[in-house]
Amino acid sequence: MLTGSQVLFKILEQENVDTIFGYPGGAVMDIYDELARHDIKHILVRHEQGAIHAADGYARASGKVGVCLVTSGPGATNTVTGIANAYMDSIPVVVFTGQVSTALIGNDAFQEVDITGITRPCTKHNFLVRSVNDLGRIVKEAFHIARSGRPGPVLVDLPKDVIQGLTDDATLAYPLSFSEDAIEPIEAKCAEALPLIREAKRPLIISGGGILLGKAWNELSALAKNLNCPVTSSLMGLGGFPGTDPLWLGMPGMHGTYYANMAISHCDLLIAVGVRFDDRVTSKVEAFAPHAKIVHIDIDPVSIDKTIKAHVSIVGDCKPILQLLNQWLANDKTARSGEQTQAWLEEIARWKKKEPLDYGSGEKIKPQFVIEKLYELTKGRAIIATEVGQNQMWTAQFYKFDEPNSFISSGGLGTMGFGLPAAIGAQMAFPDKLVVDIAGDGSIQMNIQEMATAVQYNIPVKIIILNNGFLGMVRQWQEMFYNKHYSQTTMNFAPDFVKLAEAYGAKGLRATRTEEVESVLKEGLAAPGPVMIDIRVEPEEGVYPMVKPGFPLTEMSLVNKTA
Amino acid sequence: MEIRENTISILVKNKPDVMARIAGTFSGRGFNIETIAVNVTEDPQVSKIIMTVWGNQDTITKIEKQLNKMVDVLQVDDLTGKDAVRREMMLIRVEMPSGEGGRLMQTIDTCKGKVVSSEGNYWIIEVTGDRETIEKALAALKPFGLDDLTRTGTVALARQNDKVRR
Repeated sequence: MLTGSQVLFKILEQENVDTIFGYPGGAVMDIYDELARHDIKHILVRHEQGAIHAADGYARASGKVGVCLVTSGPGATNTVTGIANAYMDSIPVVVFTGQVSTALIGNDAFQEVDITGITRPCTKHNFLVRSVNDLGRIVKEAFHIARSGRPGPVLVDLPKDVIQGLTDDATLAYPLSFSEDAIEPIEAKCAEALPLIREAKRPLIISGGGILLGKAWNELSALAKNLNCPVTSSLMGLGGFPGTDPLWLGMPGMHGTYYANMAISHCDLLIAVGVRFDDRVTSKVEAFAPHAKIVHIDIDPVSIDKTIKAHVSIVGDCKPILQLLNQWLANDKTARSGEQTQAWLEEIARWKKKEPLDYGSGEKIKPQFVIEKLYELTKGRAIIATEVGQNQMWTAQFYKFDEPNSFISSGGLGTMGFGLPAAIGAQMAFPDKLVVDIAGDGSIQMNIQEMATAVQYNIPVKIIILNNGFLGMVRQWQEMFYNKHYSQTTMNFAPDFVKLAEAYGAKGLRATRTEEVESVLKEGLAAPGPVMIDIRVEPEEGVYPMVKPGFPLTEMSLVNKTA
Repeated sequence: MEIRENTISILVKNKPDVMARIAGTFSGRGFNIETIAVNVTEDPQVSKIIMTVWGNQDTITKIEKQLNKMVDVLQVDDLTGKDAVRREMMLIRVEMPSGEGGRLMQTIDTCKGKVVSSEGNYWIIEVTGDRETIEKALAALKPFGLDDLTRTGTVALARQNDKVRR
């Protein structure tokens, strides 16, 4: 006979779970009691939102399923933002929540909440386990669902009596109780796309997070090389194509590069791979890629024709699809040469020269300069997490991501407070890599309690706060659209971040002048253990280029007024 | 694109939260359910839901894709363009005005209804048929003193099996 807790850990071990991010409470005490008898590492966070973001960051960095364990009621509801965050970005995490005993469910018991009801719209699937005899199968299915197809978060709600219950099911072998979605054959659809690809003179590839989730970065590069075709990618796709490659155009969309947006607006073929055409990428849908035939490759049929109509859609795993296209194109040298795109690449080179990513100089530290310096010092080899807002956009623009899974950022939901716990998660996946969280002074305070977690376990994340004393992105919108009426965005009351770091037992550093940036970064990056670096940047610096929401991608504000 | 009433047939696992999931997907994605009928199939572990939804083909395709993604959904069929039998049922309670019995019986006959209960002055009439039959019956019976009524959602079944059941 096994207890529910024992069944749970047996399956976690079957699934090769090595780290759990969690926080105990009444409903999960039996699980925590059992935890001590297993080899799985447990990171005690300081808030359950930290646990789910850390599991998410772990999953993004490692490509494995992240695991989070919290108690019932507030423990469960505190994970909801993080679950929605993982759902929007298709990140595989399994969240175990405690629940009151089955006999008490529905009685408004202490710390009871209908968490499966609450998370139904923001999980890929969720389960309330009603019997210990179903537990093993459900946990197994949860992992399968989280990582299969288009990945996503799965929540498993564990009533206390189920966890305490006994089962004689000791085989712990569970065939899936549901049939997998039939995979459409890809050959016919690829064949349909091939003539479009062959004929294109101005092709462009736009890739997304699907390239990383599908581990298809090599195939993506091969396709770009085969076609001599430029590549842009959504925020979620950064790192899926080398940021130092001459064919790389940077990110498109609202804060995309001039040349990426111009390329989208002038291409005759857009090959979209693992990208869902978010409104921050397309801006005005009717004006998006107006001259292009669109080939859309995605594992989720829902993404096809959702906002942008595809001429040819290929539903499936992008890796074998790109492999097949590459194979056909490689055997097809006579029909297509790299020179076919020469004029197009020259035009793009002119755009690059005309409007490169740039920022002026000023008396105060330019935040973009900090990111460039960080890139220089890390040689692009760090894992970079971000918070959300200007800090995130400057990072996406000025750090050249060469390696897959090296950019950890909340794309779809735009969750402030994501970066620090996500960096902790990423560092747990790669203890020997340099992991940096780029933060703003606003967002860092949303989950700053996780500094204690980083210090307790000596998780040596380096936090760089681009401190401008504002909620910068909202301030920028107020500057542009609300006549500089900075309503509630001035955050000039902040803790002394250096002292705060020290209070947590971490190292705190500060730079207030441009000349100090390099040495402070060097010192911070080289120091062992967690470090918080407060960099006082130009307060009213904006993120440019910027396409105003609802405008065509060709209509970009390019000038940084404070420059 | 033409806005019309669409009929979707959904086979789902017979589990307590399936209806909530489906209803949630509809409300969360901005689709409106017009009618719904659900019951267990010959397999007690599987239920069938028939839904009618207003929208154009684009909307229906989006709904179908969303439904197909759900773990508990086994099969989705759009019966809209298909040759299918469609039925609704209405129970209507009228308070009988004295001396109108004969005329009411005549009307019930014309509507293809039948009296399923008559307690004191209250009669309950059952009418089964397609949407048009129900609407006509309602209009004809209303003048007799409509007290209350209840209608089921549409149930529908394609006349021919054109799909291999998963």
